[in-house]
Amino acid sequence: MGNDIFSSEALFEAWQIIKTQFPLAIWETIYVTILATVFAILIGLPLGILLVAGEKDGILPLPSWLLQILNVIINLLRSVPFLILMILVFPLTRLIVGTVVGTTASIVPLVIAAFPFVARLAESSIREINPNIIEMAQSTGASPMQIIIKVMIPESVPSLISNATIAFTTILGYSAMSGIIGGGGLGKIAINYGYYRYKYLIMILAVILLIVIVQIFQSIGTYLATKTDKRLKRK
Amino acid sequence: MENKVQLKINNLRKRFGTEVVLDGINLTVNKGEVVVVLGPSGCGKSTLLRCMNGLEAISEGEILLDGEKITAGSKEITKLRQKIGMVFQSYDLFPHKNILDNVTLAPIKVQKIPRKEAEERAEKLLRRVGLWKKRKAFPRELSGGQKQRAAIVRALCMNPEVMLFDEVTAALDPQMVREVLNVMLELAEGGMTMVIVTHEMQFARAVADKIIFLEKGKITEEAEPEEFFTNPKTETAKEFLQSFVYEKHKIQ
Repeated sequence: MGNDIFSSEALFEAWQIIKTQFPLAIWETIYVTILATVFAILIGLPLGILLVAGEKDGILPLPSWLLQILNVIINLLRSVPFLILMILVFPLTRLIVGTVVGTTASIVPLVIAAFPFVARLAESSIREINPNIIEMAQSTGASPMQIIIKVMIPESVPSLISNATIAFTTILGYSAMSGIIGGGGLGKIAINYGYYRYKYLIMILAVILLIVIVQIFQSIGTYLATKTDKRLKRK
Repeated sequence: MENKVQLKINNLRKRFGTEVVLDGINLTVNKGEVVVVLGPSGCGKSTLLRCMNGLEAISEGEILLDGEKITAGSKEITKLRQKIGMVFQSYDLFPHKNILDNVTLAPIKVQKIPRKEAEERAEKLLRRVGLWKKRKAFPRELSGGQKQRAAIVRALCMNPEVMLFDEVTAALDPQMVREVLNVMLELAEGGMTMVIVTHEMQFARAVADKIIFLEKGKITEEAEPEEFFTNPKTETAKEFLQSFVYEKHKIQ
């Protein structure tokens, strides 16, 4: 890099790239991250609840072998580095999306990588609930399903929101990584221009935009988590 | 008082591992009767109450509510539990729901009665305990006594046939104990069948139709309150009652 990073030529070129590439890249990044987060939550949240409710003393005891299998699957998926996981799930991605390259295709490995993480986050949120409250709900004659839907989930909403925000920012990081092998978005731009073509200005800009996106979503998440927490004193 | 049997316990045994917590309990609670369970800590009072609601699985014997067997983990347990209201020492209100929602949640979701009807029921009960004005408040905004009264209302809102109280005033300041006990006294006068575990002796004497004294998992005394408090038959019961009397210069 050096002095020519801010030369007028470099700036002009950068501006052209920003104009033509960035709007789509920002959109792709947000779209991929939100969709992947939503799917990861759809799979991970029920799984996380099951991990707590299905325990021996839980409200919906599951056979211990089943619980163990779930735990092993989650731990296995969580220990594979994301880039390698992405390559490993290529067949599945091709089956679902039809191709392994591109923005939409990267959603599949993102979901596979994120749902076990989301399950663990959801598990910890659900475990935070005072067990006396669950017992109290049982004492009213509520069924396990009623307790899950009407007590467990509503009572852990602030914590679930905080954890969903963590999941979102983590998936955003993964999605940038997916740019290395065919994923779209700001990650792709940072790698293609910054790493392969030494256009550091573009890379720095892409990174700044990623930071801004994280900041925005983190702020929204924190605001919602605080707002839904009825145990806190009003400020 | 009618002599219809509401709750019957036959030869109940409860073990935690090898430890026997309840050892051959026989007890009959008639409709409208108030039974107070007394005993030193660790004697199994709370466990007995929890068994009555199927929160603890029993090891031997049976518990019958209106002749129907209460078995923890069974399919019928959710139906039976709706007839048994239970109030705990730690209130256990839902912290993220306001008082009205706390009270109406179970009637609406478990008993499936219309919201309007549940709220009418709740209003009547909340007014009775002086908490109607607090219906929109969240639990953290209430005092301990108010929380416990709300918890009692929540149990009552299910129109239970039996109410179980597990040391409901143990965590409260003295002046708050009074407001909660008054609610319970009123309930007793209204003919509610109740089983109460408490350490408030004056209250026990006033509210009970029958006192059960539990010692190491066995019922060692079953008597009318006057008889129990003036003339306890066993040594342990005598000592137990003595422990509530304070006299200067007699501390050993």
